[in-house]
Amino acid sequence: MTTKIVIGLDGTENGERAIAFAKDLAGRIGACELLVVYVIEWSPFTFQTPEENALRHKRREEEIELATSRIVEPAVQALKSEGFAAYGIVRHGDVAETLNAITVENDGSQIIVGRASADGIKKRLFGSSTQYLVMHADVPVTVVN
Amino acid sequence: MIISKKLGVSGLATGLLANAAAAQEAVGLDEKINQAFSDFTGPFVSFIFAPFPGTSVPWIVMWLVIAATVFSLYFAFVQFRFFGHAVSLVKGDYSDPNDAGEVSHFQALATALSGTVGLGNIAGVAVAVGIGGPGATFWMIVAGLLGMASKFTECTLGVKYRNEYDDGTVSGGPMYYMSKGFNELGLPGGKILAVLFSIFCILGALGGGNMFQANQAHQQIAGITGDFPGWITGLVFAGIVFAVIVGGLKSIARVTEKVVPFMGVMYVLAALVIIIMHADQIGWAFGQIFAGAFTGLGVAGGMVGALIQGFRRAAFSNEAGVGSAAIAHSAVRTKEPITEGFVSLLEPFIDTVVICTMTALVIIITQQLVIDPETGMYMLNEEGTAVATVDGNSGVSLTSAAFASAFGWFPYVLAVAVVLFAFSTMISWSYYGLKAWTYLFGEGATKELVFKIIFCIFVVIGAAANLGPVIDFSDAAIFAMAVVNVFALYFLMKVVRQELSSYAERLRSGEIRKFGH
Repeated sequence: MTTKIVIGLDGTENGERAIAFAKDLAGRIGACELLVVYVIEWSPFTFQTPEENALRHKRREEEIELATSRIVEPAVQALKSEGFAAYGIVRHGDVAETLNAITVENDGSQIIVGRASADGIKKRLFGSSTQYLVMHADVPVTVVN
Repeated sequence: MIISKKLGVSGLATGLLANAAAAQEAVGLDEKINQAFSDFTGPFVSFIFAPFPGTSVPWIVMWLVIAATVFSLYFAFVQFRFFGHAVSLVKGDYSDPNDAGEVSHFQALATALSGTVGLGNIAGVAVAVGIGGPGATFWMIVAGLLGMASKFTECTLGVKYRNEYDDGTVSGGPMYYMSKGFNELGLPGGKILAVLFSIFCILGALGGGNMFQANQAHQQIAGITGDFPGWITGLVFAGIVFAVIVGGLKSIARVTEKVVPFMGVMYVLAALVIIIMHADQIGWAFGQIFAGAFTGLGVAGGMVGALIQGFRRAAFSNEAGVGSAAIAHSAVRTKEPITEGFVSLLEPFIDTVVICTMTALVIIITQQLVIDPETGMYMLNEEGTAVATVDGNSGVSLTSAAFASAFGWFPYVLAVAVVLFAFSTMISWSYYGLKAWTYLFGEGATKELVFKIIFCIFVVIGAAANLGPVIDFSDAAIFAMAVVNVFALYFLMKVVRQELSSYAERLRSGEIRKFGH
């Protein structure tokens, strides 16, 4: 059976470290598939103007296109060029919940993420997405420093 | 929301507009403009607000209430059968995670609500209770509950027949379901209705959705800071509106869109606290509401007076049947248009059944209305037109006094709330007007800019002068929207029924089910 490892990217160098760690791990496991995931932070419970709503579909397409072409696709291509089986997913939502949901849907066996960058007051109050993921994920989570 | 001077009646005017007196004098040209305009538009205004023959009820109110009743019966009280389902939809229980990032049901509901919740809930209710007594509350709730079916019908159609463009943007609303829907059913005249609706919508957006709001916001600001020329408020408001709708300065809109719901929640919480503080009188207050609903308890016009005031307030506060919400809801991308209908039926519930009722309860429970201790009936004011209040308040000042009896600082919060509500209503109506404009003249950056600039100019005009006839006319235009819209809905409601039975069947069979979150 192929082991599937989910790599959560956040568009920063933390993601690079997560990829490096995942490659190392995958190299040791052997038959292994890497799933590169980028979650666009989004909540269905925000307040918007009518005009924002009307443009929302267009914006969403643009956001997905941007995240795919700038972050996920380069990572997937780099992994493939090194001989790994890899593919990518971009989705909107709460970072921790969505990363976990994608992992469960795709039968991922573990999640690897970089340590989230410091985020000021918000992080102190609510904790980071990484903390939330570690506490609530359905599979083991590795946080790479 | 919009309050008509016709409907808000002079009580509101005296309370709210007293500060405007000096400002009006400062605008010398005002009188002439008023006169010319009222001569020109008078017949139209009189027609829209004319009483139904043999009664004192404006026929437009009956038109809306009858429509709401017909839709309630035709859809077998969809507002109660699918209420729980509507809440589930808003919570996102049925949202496909793969559609995340699109406009959610919650966002569509919140956007539409920010266009309707406002001055109508604060001042309009005070007018209704002030004139119709506590019994008006009962009829207001009844009309609110019935209005849920009108909203359901129009918003389902709004999504079903909207236009989607290649660039991914959408345009929807009554003008689209009139032309496309009538065409689909092989009925003539859809295009004419759509054009009529669009014209009324533009006029309503510039008037009730803009000038009246700017005017009331200025009254509130002047009430706190002391009187100053309205054009100053107008210019500041116009500048901000311009920055948002022309400059695309989303940050201001976002702040408003966040603050407005917060204000709404705070308003309801404050009302709840006051009601709980008078917990021993809750039973009495409801007793007054029920007794007043059927006897009038001595108010002018008796039971019928209470009924008219209640129906008026609800119909004009939640905009059910007017068609504006159908424009706001059309932005949602959903595979099932009817889900947007379900969500929208929560609007009259929140707007009228919850928020308006809170206002009414606070006014009743803090005993702002004077009761004759001997007869238990309400005493009338000197003119005999409304119930006498403790300090002679009416409109916003009555609501303000009721809240101030518990929290002395509340009038300041209320003033801020009114200004913000006015602003968010203007942003919403600028969009409704724009959609009607582009329907008539076509999509395009320059055409849109022309409307947006006209809209901003009207902000200044609205704040600078108390243009009574203009406001009457623009409110008449909004209700003229309802005449055209409801007429079209009667023809198109069978389309909604097909959608409803298909959806209900699939919901029953489990084909439509919750996504595991």
